[in-house]
Amino acid sequence: MSLRSWGNYPKINNRSFRFDGISTLKKIIENNNKLIPHGNGRSYGDSALSENIITVKPHDLFISFDDQQGIVHVQSGVLLSEILAALVPRGWFLKVTPGTKLITVGGAIASDVHGKNHHIAGCFSESVEMFNLMLPDGKIITCSKDENTELFKATCGGMGLTGVILDAKISLKKINSKFINQTTIKTRNLKETFEAFENNKNKTYSVAWIDCLAKGSELGRCLLMLGDFRDDGKLDYKTKKKLNIPFNFPSFALNTLSVKAFNWLYYGKVKETISKQKVDIDTFFYPLDSLSNWKRIYGENGFTQYQFILPKETSFEGLEKILKTIADSGKGSFLAVLKLYGKANENYLSFPMEGYSLALDFKIEKGLFELLEQLDKIVVHHGGRIYLAKDVRVSKIIFEQGYPQIDRFRALRKKYNMNEKFNSLQSQRVGI
Amino acid sequence: MSYILIIGAKSDIAKSVARKYAENGYDIYLAARNSSELEDFANDINLRTQKTAICLDLDILDIASHESFYNRLEEKPLGIISVAGYLGEQDKAQVDFNESKKIIDTNYVGIVSLINIVANDFEKRKSGFIVGISSVAGDRGRKSNYIYGSAKAALTTYLSGLRNRLHEANIQVLTVKPGFVATKMTEGMDLPEKLTAQPEEVANDIFNAQQKGKNVLYSKWIWRWVMVIIKSIPEFQFKKMSI
Repeated sequence: MSLRSWGNYPKINNRSFRFDGISTLKKIIENNNKLIPHGNGRSYGDSALSENIITVKPHDLFISFDDQQGIVHVQSGVLLSEILAALVPRGWFLKVTPGTKLITVGGAIASDVHGKNHHIAGCFSESVEMFNLMLPDGKIITCSKDENTELFKATCGGMGLTGVILDAKISLKKINSKFINQTTIKTRNLKETFEAFENNKNKTYSVAWIDCLAKGSELGRCLLMLGDFRDDGKLDYKTKKKLNIPFNFPSFALNTLSVKAFNWLYYGKVKETISKQKVDIDTFFYPLDSLSNWKRIYGENGFTQYQFILPKETSFEGLEKILKTIADSGKGSFLAVLKLYGKANENYLSFPMEGYSLALDFKIEKGLFELLEQLDKIVVHHGGRIYLAKDVRVSKIIFEQGYPQIDRFRALRKKYNMNEKFNSLQSQRVGI
Repeated sequence: MSYILIIGAKSDIAKSVARKYAENGYDIYLAARNSSELEDFANDINLRTQKTAICLDLDILDIASHESFYNRLEEKPLGIISVAGYLGEQDKAQVDFNESKKIIDTNYVGIVSLINIVANDFEKRKSGFIVGISSVAGDRGRKSNYIYGSAKAALTTYLSGLRNRLHEANIQVLTVKPGFVATKMTEGMDLPEKLTAQPEEVANDIFNAQQKGKNVLYSKWIWRWVMVIIKSIPEFQFKKMSI
């Protein structure tokens, strides 16, 4: 059984090796090349695919929890959802969480993930107190912001290319409710969308859903969702029963018309310019997790997510061009998520920088990659970059222009022999 | 406190079952050989759920020890879940009776010995439940694993008779027949994705079936129908096949 990534594309043959103990892991690394660690298979593209895959999920024990400081020490295969299930009832939440909780702690570090509060709390690495990393020679090194900082900065966002993360201490934030007060702001165009983001920079959580098929004067219209935790003492958090999509949809199910209809309904359902709701953690942070295998909506051929970020100065102009290009192409996307980010961190390959990021889902079909190449050019022209955790096709040239610290990363890989042992399809394609 | 006794607690299915029951408010006895190796896992259960998990040494092949093992439990369990099993190597078992015997003893003889003791106690107390992990391999003998399969068939029959006997005492007996499960035991096998369950899925199925008072569970559910088909193939045809 070959492993796939979340986008179900590409489909390649691979062998997997189970990491369930330090000594077995050492042997796996010793005996194989072209290895890449694989968590819960939620990265969209080919960043966790290779000929030889180390499955990290079986390495999933909680090691300790300090309930004074709110620091949990877990093995790298533990899912964020498991941390929440254990600790939300005790009043703790992740400082940084992406839009799915079904990822491993190791994966969260390797992609240096971020969430709706990036403008305030930064990336996942901000909450990482330390981790232990197994290097290609089997040595185990402790890394943190103060210890082996070079390896720390390379591994956070390093896409599993620096070795295997064994365990990590994650610091959490105190909450006093499982509910969030949500405010939804409806905007009519891109200018209003930007203004809404700027005016709400002090709100803890913010994200916008953009109707990327809207054209002309409606280009860039959005629903901006803002939120913050309530303070009502209600912490009886339980994950709800999930719905499952049992099979792949036929590929014609998703077309310009159906996406247009969905977007129209979704946007049209909100009547007021500003509305308020009380929602729970899962609804606010993880809306798609309640639908198992939602990727199957995109059919057997799979899909990809195109996520880029532009520096603040060029964001408006760049986004306008990109949204126009997409709307003209007629290639629809259910999910187009826009967000204003805070400052970049020092990690070599972390994605965020201060500016606006847009993420769009596309099913894999003829003409798509040509469209994305057009978008690439607009992105780098405006000083932006592509998110590796989502990517499955970006070229070496485009990648390099977006990541100025790449040579530092390459040098470190060479120094520790990581380039001999650890490679993904993606790392080979973009020459990391 | 309310304990569930898990036999063969080192397997992946057992660990998932233990977590599932602890999440739902039960304390756990983890019984296995060299149970000190399970201390980290017991700590994990406690951190995740704030429930107690206690490691107990038990060798399912050491029949003479079973009585005292059970008597030593200060608090008797609410239910027992036997996950102990040994797949073994069919080729080896065909030429080496020691391998055959180990397969039969681990999957059948030892479990009968232990569950007999527990069943008598439950019957006396008129409360408790018994879950035995058998296998779809016991539904029909195939050349690729019929030593293992026949031991599981015996276990299935044993559990069915036990269910009949304990019905009057209101004791639930659940026979679980997993199909392919992605575990340490099946690592390296090329299993078909659609028929292969993750250990967490099997644990969920077991918990739900046990709580609902079910008798027989196939996990994944599709295996019930796969086995209906396999069992319906006439013997003169079946003997020529390789499946």
